[in-house]
Amino acid sequence: MMSGYLITILITVLVYAILAHSLNIITGHAGQISLGHAAFFGIGAYTSALFYTQAGVSFWVAVPLAALVAGLVGIFLGIPCLRVRDDFLAITTMGIGFVVEAIFLYIPFFGGAMGIGGINLPHWFGREMTKSEYFFLILIVFLLLLLLDRRLGRSWIGLAWSSIREDEQAAEAMGVDLVRFKVLAFVLGSSIAGLAGGFYAHFLTFIMPQNFGFGQSIVILCMVVFGGIGTRWGPFLGAIILGVLPEISRPIMEYRTLVYGVLLLAMMRFQPGGLLGEESILPKMLRRFQSHSSEKG
Amino acid sequence: MVLLRVEGLSKEFDGLKALDRVSFTAEEQEILGIIGPNGAGKTTLFNVITGVYPATGGEVSFRGDSILGKKPHQISRLGIGRTFQIVRPFPNLDVETNILVAYGHRFYPHLWNSTLPFRQPDIQKEIDALIESTGLQPYAKQLAKNLPLGIKKRVEIARALALKPRLLLLDEPSGGLRFEESVQLMDLIRKVRDQGISVLLIEHNMQVVMDLCKRIVVLDHGSKIAEGSPEEIRSNPRVIEAYLGKEG
Repeated sequence: MMSGYLITILITVLVYAILAHSLNIITGHAGQISLGHAAFFGIGAYTSALFYTQAGVSFWVAVPLAALVAGLVGIFLGIPCLRVRDDFLAITTMGIGFVVEAIFLYIPFFGGAMGIGGINLPHWFGREMTKSEYFFLILIVFLLLLLLDRRLGRSWIGLAWSSIREDEQAAEAMGVDLVRFKVLAFVLGSSIAGLAGGFYAHFLTFIMPQNFGFGQSIVILCMVVFGGIGTRWGPFLGAIILGVLPEISRPIMEYRTLVYGVLLLAMMRFQPGGLLGEESILPKMLRRFQSHSSEKG
Repeated sequence: MVLLRVEGLSKEFDGLKALDRVSFTAEEQEILGIIGPNGAGKTTLFNVITGVYPATGGEVSFRGDSILGKKPHQISRLGIGRTFQIVRPFPNLDVETNILVAYGHRFYPHLWNSTLPFRQPDIQKEIDALIESTGLQPYAKQLAKNLPLGIKKRVEIARALALKPRLLLLDEPSGGLRFEESVQLMDLIRKVRDQGISVLLIEHNMQVVMDLCKRIVVLDHGSKIAEGSPEEIRSNPRVIEAYLGKEG
């Protein structure tokens, strides 16, 4: 079997990949910037952890509940976000992130600064899952989410999101209900982030408010922007690169925020579309390679 | 028959009367010109009719039903399409997809229908026909942001037509265009009317208005100051005064 260290990295990367894809729905597809996405990750993690440790609910029920609760809170918190755009939306979502983190930190029910412990890996066939099995479970969920993402991208919902991202006023003049489709993006994105939170909690076995703070929101956003905002594979690529980087190099881990900040700045300056963006180096090289080989063939 | 009835419509912005008790009607299959100097309230009128701004008074009814207080997406679904004074095609979508967005108006109201894929052969056929009738074939796969202004305006009209509207609101379609381009656009607008669609036309180019419209409404400082045939408008002293100012 794979080594424990490797499997830990793989699971972390997958959780980040799910997270990045969930943010990509809100920010990439529907064009609504969010600087508080870690809040929904946290809501999922805490929901699952509390149901599991306090109510004795099994993993298999607790994690779907995490997605459900995060989605419901997403509706509730998405509503104030409907009234604002662009930089004001960025600040509103950032505020939501701070409020949620503060609630986890200061309300004793949520374990305060000590967090919640004793959350275990799921059981199946009368025993606890191994980490490798858990990895494959998350992998399957991730692949299903990619399929969902693809399906949505080709549907009228995806088209409505694109139009909102491009020009809200023109979109609503073409019959696109802004409230409905923005809320849908927020709910879906939040709910998937909640699902990732559930998986994360049962893997870490111990969660604290700091796991779900502003820094985490920025990390998720970095992955999406770095890989290619709004693209199908970009968030996954971003999650792989930015998820693995700190693991393979201690110095990067220590200066993680700094490294991410510099990377983000460099991307904005040189490749605003991200690694997989339409006009970035990678896709261009790929296209050149394709046309080259087809000329030969 | 009356398609759109605007009665005593008012809109105030912080005490500024952008529209002051404006009344007029638009008939089926007519091109009604709306002219007036800058700041007369023409674009505000469009924005109130299409639900972008709430009115502060008056009534707007479309095919006999009040549409005041409805949201822009609801009004567009009832059959009122529009273009914008400063063009707003979806810049990073190609022409075909721009038009598809409007075509989707019949799928958006039902969540389940919105999950259906938007690339379907029968829909593609309709889009192709619309692209052909608006002369956009050479541009179908190009991103809207890369197109010249005249073509962008054409894309906006094609997109509005995909709503299958009964009424089209065009906000200065010939603004910023070269002479040939605006002639082509006028042909397109005539073609639209001949399909049985009424047009409200805001226009600064007097030649375009006089050529296309049998009836013209003149706004100045938010009020309607004249209404009539192009000949009547041309010789109306209040209109001349609004455009040229009072003689010393």
